[in-house]
Amino acid sequence: MRVHAKRAGALVGGLLFSAWSFADWTMNMTPGVTGTSNSIFSLHMTILWICVVIGVVVFGVMFWSIFAHRKSQGYKPANFHENTVVEVLWTIIPLAILVAMAIPATATLVDMYDTSESEVDIKITGYQWKWQYEYLDEEFGYFSNLATPRDQINNRQEKGENYLLEVDNPLIVPVGKKVRLLLTANDVIHSWWVPDFGVKKDAIPGFINEAWTRVDKPGIYRGQCTELCGKDHGFMPIVVKAVPEEEYNTWVAEQKAAAEKERELTQKDWTLAELMERGEKAYQTSCAACHQPDGSGAPPAFPALKGSPIATGDIAAHMDIVVHGKSGTAMQAFGSQLSEVDLAAVITFERNAWGNNTGDMVTPKQIFDYKNQQ
Amino acid sequence: MSAVADTHTQEHHHGPARGISRWLLTTNHKDIGTMYLVFSFTMFLLGGCMAMVIRAELFQPGLQIVQPEFFNQMTTMHGLIMVFGAVMPAFVGLANWMLPLMIGAPDMALPRMNNWSFWLLPCAFLILVSTLFMEGGAPNFGWTFYAPLSTTYGPPSTTFFIFAVHIMGISSIMGAINVIATILNLRAPGMTLMKMPLFVWTWLITAFLLIAVMPVLAGVVTMMLMDINFGTSFFDASGGGDPVLFQHVFWFFGHPEVYIMILPAFGAVSHIIPAFSRKPLFGYASMVYAVGAIALLSFIVWAHHMFTVGIPVAGQLFFMYATMLIAVPTGVKVFNWVATMFRGSLSFEAPMLFAVAFVILFTIGGFSGLMLAIAPSDFQYHDTYFVVAHFHYVLVPGAIFGIFASAYFWLPKWTGHMYDETLAKTHFWLSFIGMNLAFFPMHFLGLAGMPRRIPDYALQFADFNMVSSVGAFMFGATQLLFLFIVVKCVRGGKAAAAKPWDGAEGLEWTVPSPAPYHTFATPPEVK
Repeated sequence: MRVHAKRAGALVGGLLFSAWSFADWTMNMTPGVTGTSNSIFSLHMTILWICVVIGVVVFGVMFWSIFAHRKSQGYKPANFHENTVVEVLWTIIPLAILVAMAIPATATLVDMYDTSESEVDIKITGYQWKWQYEYLDEEFGYFSNLATPRDQINNRQEKGENYLLEVDNPLIVPVGKKVRLLLTANDVIHSWWVPDFGVKKDAIPGFINEAWTRVDKPGIYRGQCTELCGKDHGFMPIVVKAVPEEEYNTWVAEQKAAAEKERELTQKDWTLAELMERGEKAYQTSCAACHQPDGSGAPPAFPALKGSPIATGDIAAHMDIVVHGKSGTAMQAFGSQLSEVDLAAVITFERNAWGNNTGDMVTPKQIFDYKNQQ
Repeated sequence: MSAVADTHTQEHHHGPARGISRWLLTTNHKDIGTMYLVFSFTMFLLGGCMAMVIRAELFQPGLQIVQPEFFNQMTTMHGLIMVFGAVMPAFVGLANWMLPLMIGAPDMALPRMNNWSFWLLPCAFLILVSTLFMEGGAPNFGWTFYAPLSTTYGPPSTTFFIFAVHIMGISSIMGAINVIATILNLRAPGMTLMKMPLFVWTWLITAFLLIAVMPVLAGVVTMMLMDINFGTSFFDASGGGDPVLFQHVFWFFGHPEVYIMILPAFGAVSHIIPAFSRKPLFGYASMVYAVGAIALLSFIVWAHHMFTVGIPVAGQLFFMYATMLIAVPTGVKVFNWVATMFRGSLSFEAPMLFAVAFVILFTIGGFSGLMLAIAPSDFQYHDTYFVVAHFHYVLVPGAIFGIFASAYFWLPKWTGHMYDETLAKTHFWLSFIGMNLAFFPMHFLGLAGMPRRIPDYALQFADFNMVSSVGAFMFGATQLLFLFIVVKCVRGGKAAAAKPWDGAEGLEWTVPSPAPYHTFATPPEVK
């Protein structure tokens, strides 16, 4: 047994030592940057230390028995098998510890649920496999997609510093303001988590959940989806950029102007080449995850578009499936996700890429009319 | 004259039948117990292979071995197979073998149903495993199969999965009825309820849990079946349904389910620790009450699995308090085991090693469980590797070490031979080290922010994932040694006495080793 204990000791020692010798082997939760995350951290540390102390006492007695009360050392067993006082004590003491623990936990929880008096409202919608952020007071919104190139994921390219934790359009929030987050989902359940804020809330189709945060320190904060949501669950990160209020206001103004400009694009006269160029980009962000960058799909869940009867057949049917989706399948209704321009561009692209040479062109105006005639 | 005639009949009609029909048609609790145990170990190896695929993919960042679609199928099937195929049948196997021997009964109360309970299982798992080869692949929505990912967005094989779950449920319910009928009706004269061995007590309570919650599981999968094939919208928000309803119903089954997987291990360990401490179990009555309390509380804590779904704050507080309360009876059990060891005369044969490791490591899993119960902190832990670490700490060194401890403890009784102690100790130490290497770093990964069920991860998680994978390979490979030890023990070895452990107590040690095909044809007297 002594040999075994030494082996176990060497193992534990080895583990701890190797952990200490690499400073970046994070072993604990970080306190984060918000009041909530700091309260959570202190709850976490309190309960952790309570467990450690109980563990030391209980395992201490046990190891004392293991070392001292051994048959091989000729120890004769005692014969006691109950002691009411001790049994009552070790029922009541843990109960008291738990009550003491429940008090600060309740306070933190009640505070986390208080979403009143927010200054900025942002609606967050989870999609397979991206996030949509809509600034409800400012009437603009956008999608946030994974920005890590597929080549890095497939080991054809060296992985960058923020591998899998980088997006094209981060969520921008002003520092020092209470931001209310309204969470929902379009398809399956997702969960929006930024560890530094201490905010994790499920985004559930048909529900609107509330959460809030107030970030006091400008910076870039990263998180991930934490509810299994299908094949690319591991590939829909969250990036939040907290900026000073002035910078935030400028950015909001720019976004509003850009949104206006985008609406004007619907009226513009587009050429096939322009639509193809824009369509390819939109396809890569919105469609390629399922239908694959080369249109080959992943049947049977995700049909190929290359040579498909829809992408080479009737234009109206093609518009219908892209705009309205197909119920009972993973094909979403993109009509509300993409602008008229992007819808037109994607459909045009799909009808002319990968040898689908139909030569058809669908204009933003046609999409606009199609949506309105419904 | 009549005595002679009896012996004659027994020799000709009551021995095991020959060939395959012995196993197909048997109603003997020992044969059925053996089949359960063999089936369970087969599933353990299969589910283990899937875990190896998962850990191999997670050995390094980037996608190397499998694609995310297949990765999700592996996590799902690993969970389902381990829960329903490995852990639960192993305990049913132990129950079949040991309950009649412990209470002095000649067999289980309902032997034909016993046979059917078992043979449904291979059918269910044949269906479940065959989904891997179907178009669209196996279920890929996690063992918790949350709707609508498992309904509207599930693969075509989901219907087969539902059918398999139904069959497993029927098998479990029949098994549970059998256990209850046996314990309540076939105890030897003089064995009052409060004289029953703890393994019998824990199984009695487990059986009631099974009867209470398996129909709930059947209900939830039937609702899925309707949603998928018959146009209902139980869980589809666009049809007026409620995706959160799924989680409430599932976890109403799911939380008692985790106690179904641990209570029988509590019982077995409560035999093994006193045996190798050569001292009676401390606090028998409080052990029984603690198990009862845990079982009752298990029905009112389900929503702690769903703290992030947006339950109102009052509900959140209720489930937090109720969950924290479970720590009290669980603590009582741990204290009792330690008090049993205290001032005993301890020796450390393989069953005791596994049992002591069970107490230590299960307690660590209990600690992380207590941390998870604190709702505000759970917002940080929920669905991260911290949770994966937690439930593997209660299931691997909890349920599975409990099963190994039981297997080594009773192998001499089953086979009539002693197992190879050196090999068994090697099995223990390799399992112990491998298991801790595999699962302890997962706490760190979770706290550092790694979500569970992802096939690829950010670079800061790389080091601990590699350690974890090495530990997992070590743990996985070590289990082949267990197979070798058991086969060796079945084929031969030092003859085992009727009571091979000097400190062991109970009726099972009063029959010869190996236990004859029929035992306790006349009930023993219990004083």
